[in-house]
Amino acid sequence: MRLRHFVLACVFGALLAACGTDAQLDGNTLHRGLATDPESLDPQKARSVQAAHVLRDIREGLLGLSPDGELVAAAAESWEVSGDGLVYTFRIRDDARWSNGEALTAEHFVAGLQRLVDPAVAGFYAQTIEDIVNARAIIAGDAPVDALGATAVDANTLEITLERPVPYLLSLLTHPSTFPAYTGDFADGAGAADSASNGAYRLASWAPGSLLRLERNVNYWNDDATAIDNVYYHVLVQDVTQLNRYRSGELHITDNVPPEHFKQVREEYGEQLRVAPYLGTYYYGFNLTRPPFKGNKALRQALSMAIDRDMLVNRITGRGERPAYSWVPPGTNNYDPPELGFSELSQDVRNDVARRLYEEAGYGPDRPLSIELRYNTSATEQRFALAVQAMWADTLGVETTLVAEEFQVLLENIRERAVTEVFRGSWIGDYNDAQTFLGLMQSDSTSNMTGYSNPEYDSLLNRAAAQTDLERRRLYLEEAERLMLADHAMIPLYFYVSKHLVHPSVRGWQDNVLDYHYSQHLSLDAAQ
Amino acid sequence: MARYVLARLFSAIPTLFLVVLLSFMLVHAAPGGPFDEERVLTDAVRQNIERYYKLDEPLPTQFVSYLGGVLQGDFGPSYRYRDYTVSELIAGRFPVSMQIGALAILIGIAVGVGIGTVAALRQDTLLDRVVMGVAMTGISVPVFVFAPILVLAFAVKLHWLPAGWSGAHGVSRMLLPVLSLALPQIAYIARLTRASMIDVLKSGYIRTARAQGLGTYAIIRYHALKPAMLPVVSYLGPAIAGVLTGSVVVEQIFGIPGLGSTFVTGALNRDYTLVLGVVIFYAALIIALNLLVDVLYGVIDPRVRLR
Repeated sequence: MRLRHFVLACVFGALLAACGTDAQLDGNTLHRGLATDPESLDPQKARSVQAAHVLRDIREGLLGLSPDGELVAAAAESWEVSGDGLVYTFRIRDDARWSNGEALTAEHFVAGLQRLVDPAVAGFYAQTIEDIVNARAIIAGDAPVDALGATAVDANTLEITLERPVPYLLSLLTHPSTFPAYTGDFADGAGAADSASNGAYRLASWAPGSLLRLERNVNYWNDDATAIDNVYYHVLVQDVTQLNRYRSGELHITDNVPPEHFKQVREEYGEQLRVAPYLGTYYYGFNLTRPPFKGNKALRQALSMAIDRDMLVNRITGRGERPAYSWVPPGTNNYDPPELGFSELSQDVRNDVARRLYEEAGYGPDRPLSIELRYNTSATEQRFALAVQAMWADTLGVETTLVAEEFQVLLENIRERAVTEVFRGSWIGDYNDAQTFLGLMQSDSTSNMTGYSNPEYDSLLNRAAAQTDLERRRLYLEEAERLMLADHAMIPLYFYVSKHLVHPSVRGWQDNVLDYHYSQHLSLDAAQ
Repeated sequence: MARYVLARLFSAIPTLFLVVLLSFMLVHAAPGGPFDEERVLTDAVRQNIERYYKLDEPLPTQFVSYLGGVLQGDFGPSYRYRDYTVSELIAGRFPVSMQIGALAILIGIAVGVGIGTVAALRQDTLLDRVVMGVAMTGISVPVFVFAPILVLAFAVKLHWLPAGWSGAHGVSRMLLPVLSLALPQIAYIARLTRASMIDVLKSGYIRTARAQGLGTYAIIRYHALKPAMLPVVSYLGPAIAGVLTGSVVVEQIFGIPGLGSTFVTGALNRDYTLVLGVVIFYAALIIALNLLVDVLYGVIDPRVRLR
């Protein structure tokens, strides 16, 4: 054999040897799909849902969530709330440690909360804790960071003081932005992998855009309860890629299921497909600050009633979504959402009423309403908008122009309220409380997309906020939603569902409305 | 030659400056900003973030300080990936795209020139028709069809290769993406080679060589190949630039952390600095590759004189 042939043969042999199924699922490593690369693993700077997923594994807050989504003690073993609901005192576990063995103290939690509101850190979630004493002033740069109403009474006692009662504070404290900060954390040039961790896992390595490798944190106080040694988060932006990797046996859990393959996946995988109610509402919003919708409630109601929501969730989305007749999704803690008045009527009756209202609003066959419907460019949104366009045309004779825009463009247009008429929107609850939805429609909320402004609604929410009695608070909130629904400020269309493929070997998975699934609650059954 | 190269490099400076200026203006003119979400930030929080990134300064000031940074090789912090600077992101992602792209181009040249030559020699035979038919299919079938078919066959059904990049090893994870990228290159180069080879084989000096009794291999190797390569070389400039900078589609299908997909997500996220950094990097790369191709042209074809 000539040398050249020999070299060629070697190269070819090496190629073949390097092939094979090295990425297959094995022993004690959990492979999870992740839809975007975390933009940061600094708890106070992270922004995306995906970054929060990883942070829940490598860091721990005062409270956490059980596999079914209930609040449970985490780094704090107990807490007390003062009678006026303004002072929370947390007792931090004696055995809580960082991954380097150092004790986790109340100071670390104070540092985390201070970083969150520190203008120099510029955290995205700063506004979520602005009801803590002085938080607003610190964010605005008018007070020093250490004026924050969060103090370490001693090494294991943390006291948080509020400006007004926040009944959902405990839920907020499960959000990674409120997690403790390690001293010297993320100082100049230090990356996430250099940082200490206080969660069930620690970050072993991070190949940006590709793979995050997590290892068991042996110094975690509850390490005995952790079953899985390694967790690999595979960054796979395309949900089809996640599906392919699941099918080829390279992932245990996918982050999502591609809509276009949904039916096929359901047939192919049956029980492995987990679809569950999710704390999110999909809606079409009205721009209430401009004609034709400003001050025209009859018209808004007509458009809302003429949409056949059952048809939309069965034929268009088709992934188990439920038609929405309220703004706050069912399954929200301590809340029973009121429904739009017409939810009990059949679609035919709704259409009749809609036609009457449409005429009442001053429109008809001779004078049809002509509007623009804006949505973000995507095949799914397009199909949805086409269906709504057809329903409005058939029932009322509305002439709808569809305007597809890139997401960032759509958001800016909605916010400026200069050109939008009807727009596609969605809202995912940040924590399990009706406030995360209802607060959005308050007239001074920055995220109030429709421009809804009703003093009575605002005052109901404010009264609810001042309540420490949870039952009375619930009644105020429900009354507020009833009022807003009767105003037809927007058209709730469907409630989201979470969608995952979960391999049969994964144990401990439970569906929950927030769709958080801590790796420490899962285990792998090798027999499967 | 050296003077030619120097002159070309100098003329690249104003081009690059224009690229920076234009893309800076375009990126900032695009509606929507890097911090827009459905959850709208309160004014105080937004101001803090804008101050953090110096977005509160007037645009001309921002441009001057940005340009100053670029001259020192600093593309600024990414607005999205807060743990990384743009330079770090490019340095981390480009090698991945380059590895895959370079392999795809090498395979494209080797296989493409080979079958193109064979087809030219067997012009109008069944072999020629079959090879060129396959090549035509290779050009016509888009990569977003071809790549998923490869995944379906080799990963999902046969389990020979991984369906994605992360967590898999060296060569095994590269085979499918490289193949997906190489196929259209093979097809295109084969057609170019065949056409130009047929032309060359008809020329007088080849007939002379044949008359002198040279064998087919020697004729191709020593006389026909070089001139027949000219169209391929001029095609290679843009092709290499296109493939090296990463195929967005292939990177997304296989979940490869390359520069192409980073660029697209950067644009969608309005990650101004990331988009600008990648545009400047691409522009410089394309200018360099075009220069390289022109120089190569001079080396291959004695009729071309570089001045």
